[in-house]
Amino acid sequence: MTGIGQPETEGNGRGYLAERGWRSWAFTLDHKRVGAMYLWTTIFFFLVGGVFALLLRLELLSPQAKYFGNHAYNVFFTLHGSMMIFLFIIPAIPSGLGNFFIPLQLGARDVAFPRLNIASYWVFAAGFLVVIGSLVAPMDTGWTFYTPYSAKSAAAVTTLSLGIFLLGMSSILTGLNFIVTIHKLRAPGMTWHRMPLFLWSMYATSIIQVIATPVVGVTFLLLAAERVFGVGFFDPSKGGDPVLFQHFFWFYSHPVVYVMILPAMGIVSEVIPVFSRKPIFGYKAIAYSSMAIALGGFLVWGHHMFTSGMSPLANAIFSLMTFFVAVPTAVKVFNWTATLYRGSITFEAPMLYALTFIFLFIVGGLTGPFLGALATNVQLHDTYFVVAHFHYTMMGGTVMGFFAGLHYWFPKMTGRMLNEKVARAAWALIFVGFNVTFFTMFIVGVRGMPRRYAEYLPKFQLENVISTAGSAVLALGILVMCWNLLQGLRKGAPASANPWRALSLEWRAASPPATENFDEVPVVTEWPYGYGTPKA
Amino acid sequence: MDNILAFGAASSQAGRVDALFVMIAVIGGFFFFLTQGLLIYFAVKYRRRQPDRDNETPAITGSPLLEFLWILIPSIVVVVIFYYGWRVYTDQRIPVAGATEVHVNARQWLYEVKYPDGRTAINEIRVPAGKSVKFILSASDVLHGFYLPDFRVKMDMIPGRVTTLWVQPDRPGSYQIFCTVYCGTGHSNMLARLIVMPQGEYGEWVEHAGREGGEGAEREPLAARGERILKSAGCLNCHAVDGKEKIGPNLRGLYGSKVPLEGGTIVTGDEEYLRESIVDPGAKVVKGYPNVMPTFKASIPPEDVKAVVEYLKTLK
Amino acid sequence: MSGHTDEHADPAVAFEAAKLGVWTFLATEVLLFGALFTAYTVFRMKYPEMFRVEHAKLDRVLGAANTVVLITSSLMVVLGVDAIKRGKARLLEAYFGATIFLASVFLCVKYIEWTKEFHHGNFPGTNLFFSLYFMLTGLHGIHVLFGMGVLSYVIVLSRRGRLSEAWYTPAEMSGLYWHFVDLVWIYLFPLLYLVG
Repeated sequence: MTGIGQPETEGNGRGYLAERGWRSWAFTLDHKRVGAMYLWTTIFFFLVGGVFALLLRLELLSPQAKYFGNHAYNVFFTLHGSMMIFLFIIPAIPSGLGNFFIPLQLGARDVAFPRLNIASYWVFAAGFLVVIGSLVAPMDTGWTFYTPYSAKSAAAVTTLSLGIFLLGMSSILTGLNFIVTIHKLRAPGMTWHRMPLFLWSMYATSIIQVIATPVVGVTFLLLAAERVFGVGFFDPSKGGDPVLFQHFFWFYSHPVVYVMILPAMGIVSEVIPVFSRKPIFGYKAIAYSSMAIALGGFLVWGHHMFTSGMSPLANAIFSLMTFFVAVPTAVKVFNWTATLYRGSITFEAPMLYALTFIFLFIVGGLTGPFLGALATNVQLHDTYFVVAHFHYTMMGGTVMGFFAGLHYWFPKMTGRMLNEKVARAAWALIFVGFNVTFFTMFIVGVRGMPRRYAEYLPKFQLENVISTAGSAVLALGILVMCWNLLQGLRKGAPASANPWRALSLEWRAASPPATENFDEVPVVTEWPYGYGTPKA
Repeated sequence: MDNILAFGAASSQAGRVDALFVMIAVIGGFFFFLTQGLLIYFAVKYRRRQPDRDNETPAITGSPLLEFLWILIPSIVVVVIFYYGWRVYTDQRIPVAGATEVHVNARQWLYEVKYPDGRTAINEIRVPAGKSVKFILSASDVLHGFYLPDFRVKMDMIPGRVTTLWVQPDRPGSYQIFCTVYCGTGHSNMLARLIVMPQGEYGEWVEHAGREGGEGAEREPLAARGERILKSAGCLNCHAVDGKEKIGPNLRGLYGSKVPLEGGTIVTGDEEYLRESIVDPGAKVVKGYPNVMPTFKASIPPEDVKAVVEYLKTLK
Repeated sequence: MSGHTDEHADPAVAFEAAKLGVWTFLATEVLLFGALFTAYTVFRMKYPEMFRVEHAKLDRVLGAANTVVLITSSLMVVLGVDAIKRGKARLLEAYFGATIFLASVFLCVKYIEWTKEFHHGNFPGTNLFFSLYFMLTGLHGIHVLFGMGVLSYVIVLSRRGRLSEAWYTPAEMSGLYWHFVDLVWIYLFPLLYLVG
């Protein structure tokens, strides 16, 4: 029970933030600064992507595309998807919070390759600059870039492909760095089974990043080569196969949804025990289920393609595998719920977001079987049902987990506390707004409204108007949250080293932590979830 | 057909999909209330009542039996759902002998329909009720989709290969067809209808269409016939006849106007220009519009093109 | 940066970390080429006849010569790493220099081959076989270039006296990478030049 409430390290007040000037950031080797830079960047793109989402919702108020027109609408959903996926949700938790907290939770001074770490940020920056450069002829292909449309489109698809290739490279380098860090830089006594669950989930995430990302890298290179040199792998007039593009694309893009969700699951596994003052229930099951999801996730990409003319046998195999990947996720949900049992629960903002994660993720998870089962998939594929399902898992899951992490670790990262009342108000708006926005999409999807429609049949208007109204509430909630974060950054009350009285190692460093995290290398003697009284 | 969950299937096959849907919904609903119920119940029941009593929680770290059960039970449940979903799907995909075959080719942004006896149509498929229909699907430019929400089925349409889809329309009616694979600017306007006709009526229609227009059509004023063709050939997916702009140029007031072309020349919108733009749209592309319109040379016979032009002349 | 040390306290840990890092990186590379090899498999199964006809247009002699060149270069790398393990920095530089020389020979031959193909009217967009040929050899060529850069960097380190029998991690790691580049070619050669 060491360390509760008593920091072992007294900081100098500003910790890693002490040094000033842009050079101290641009050339930093400090994982915390790299993480902070990722966080600022990704949150910026989250807001930009959110603006595009609001434009989409605005257009959908009316069955005719009367505000922006068809083409602009198509551009908006492409940019909304691409930015949210490639510039926010993939890098936000791993590269942002992961960079910041992996070494701290391991009791290490930094990641294994600090120079590679800052290099990967700059590759990322080059990537998003190229992506922004492609806006001269903005994309209208959808974030999935299906050929042959993407190969023929007049938009700057080639530029964007190269941008995404760079983003992928950055993602690979970060994943590689984390794998090595977790393998080699654990503090003395930190066995695998004493690692916080966030580290387990980040380890699984990194494996996916390293293995899956190169495939999408090649895919985008081939797409660019098709446009520039006339290479015909995906071009039916040259004997190529447009469906091959889909196989390559989903071989990456399905595992990558676990790159998005696993780190958020890790955060929830950290927050739930701290705020219920109970040990996590079934540590090993949660840890191993992360690995099972990571590996199983590679075998299910075909479930995005049940209507693409694959053989019924292949469809059946992919469907079955998909159902098995659902089991480890279910296990996690049960374990989190069981952790609450007989706890002593308080509801600060991180806990509210963590519970929201579970709540919304259950909805997202239970609507999965509709899409995993072949016959209902054939009905619901490419309708709003799918849109609702992945927003429940990705936004209701990952983004809520990200918000939980931001609020949970805010005192550690900045040395300041957030205004709890405002945080809870923002949470309430987000919770209500989210459900109004996205639950209606399940209904309109079952009624048959296809996705990516700028114009729709008038019979779908009621649901769309409700959804747009919800999105306004959701946007307001996110604005209030951002305002609260900025206020906290500027004038929040000073935070102690361990305001939540948590047991994992990051809370033994000062708030904010000093440049090399710990004055003395911590020695670990027990697991990080030793809450509660044995045999009480 | 339009109650809130869209139940009201157009075929027995669709009814089976709905039954599967309901089964998953019931199982999902059970687990929803179980997990959400426990989540909320625990959160309320075990909220901290006194600020300092937190360390009196029991140090429960797991329960092998419980964990075994909640790995086993979901595994069994998902296998059951998988099996049911797979069976229903497989039955949908079994080729039916003697099905009415209809070829459908998609292009930006319409469906070209061709029947084995040579009849053609755009965006409108007519089939007899009570008989299996096999759609033979292809695409000539990019990926498209063929989605029949009332039948709970869809299939992608892929350039360079042929995909197939079977339905068994039981009830006569007019059913919506959507394109579900994003295909560019006009994606959401790429709509078509499946018209299921009673057997007898269908037979009459086949005969009627076989005699090219028939006698009734002869007496129809040319412009009225043109308007009918314009609507059924899918022109309005891309062209507006009111003040609104769509993908292609607005058709109102086109006749007799000065039309600026790509490349700077200006032509007069006379009959020949209108005719040429229907059978060879790439020849004179209006400035500021993409050159994406397919030719209608094969699908609208010359007589009908004349009728369309006559109709366009009335749009002032 | 102030007060921040890049090196780990324990050189043994640093070596282990570097090794794991390079192996992980190579796993990434395998998948990178893996996607192209998958495309190769798919299209060769679909169009066996085209592969048989088109591959005859490649110059087997030059391809075989290049294979020998690359294998020799790998041998040079092995000898170089062995040299530095015995503390012989100058010898390492000589062997790595030879590797870089052989690599540039490889690229020159590649250049000649590509020029010939262009003269015969075979471009990346000509047909699927040549698409694969140019994409695979092009991607491999980029890896050779990158490897030459890495090996040069190791030579610079060695010249500055940074490598010794106690610390030769960069030499060993760059060697691992070079063997990988060599290995990819050993797969490419039969798949492209010797279609059965």
